[in-house]
Amino acid sequence: MGQQILLNIMIAVVWMFLNSDWSPQQFIVGYLIGILLIYLLRRFWPNDFYLRKLWSILLLLLLFLSELLKSSITVIRQILRPKLDVQPGIFAYTTELKSDWEITVLSCLICLTPGTLTLEVSHDGQTLYIHAMDIEDVDELSNQIRNTFEKAIKEVTRT
Amino acid sequence: MSQIGEFLIALMVLLGALLGALSAFGLIRLPDVYMRSHAATKSATLGVLLILAGAFLYFTFYLEHVSAKLLLGIIFVFITGPVAGHLNGRAAYRSGVSMWEKSVHDDLKPALKRERERMRESSNADHPGKG
Repeated sequence: MGQQILLNIMIAVVWMFLNSDWSPQQFIVGYLIGILLIYLLRRFWPNDFYLRKLWSILLLLLLFLSELLKSSITVIRQILRPKLDVQPGIFAYTTELKSDWEITVLSCLICLTPGTLTLEVSHDGQTLYIHAMDIEDVDELSNQIRNTFEKAIKEVTRT
Repeated sequence: MSQIGEFLIALMVLLGALLGALSAFGLIRLPDVYMRSHAATKSATLGVLLILAGAFLYFTFYLEHVSAKLLLGIIFVFITGPVAGHLNGRAAYRSGVSMWEKSVHDDLKPALKRERERMRESSNADHPGKG
């Protein structure tokens, strides 16, 4: 991905050279042309077209924000309820993610989801121990984590 | 435009302050460290984010000054909030702070015990004389 962005910037600079016009407008035009060229040459790159990756990073950021909103609402509702009837607990969750970077992002996301908090990551990085505010539905919680967060992170790192 | 903008900014700042107050209330009310950590990481983070975003919008539209420092502050709080919550919880669990008595499920305790035993064995293997 880094290579493709670098190449795109270089194409834009070459475009500015060709026009001998050093304005931001020319840079943007050159950058758009570079995007088109890199898209046409995408089969020569070992990995995917980089705008798709940028798009999935943007989606991940939006997921972070919306989860933060939802979890705040959940926590505030628990606090404001006159009687506290939750069953907290710690459950183990096995992840399929491999690299340290992916697991860090996943545990940050879990810290921001409604009613969950990462307590511990095991040494091999395959099990996360998560403190849940309401543990009644462990399966549902882990399914949610697996289907939304892991998928979004894999979209970023594995394409 | 300016009426709506003012209203929006006031709403954001007020909502942020309200969230901060509510999460402080949660710190008093919730029974154990871990649940307090839920309140402190999530709603307090969101409250600070809302206040900073409101201040950013105010500076941008009414004083015509785009403040990059506020944006950086938003990003930093957003990144470090959950990490701080995680580290607090981890340190509390490792130093043996017990959970609320109504807690039902604990997968971490046996895992931690196994790990400690393994560490003891390996340190014994390293220094056989001391035992």
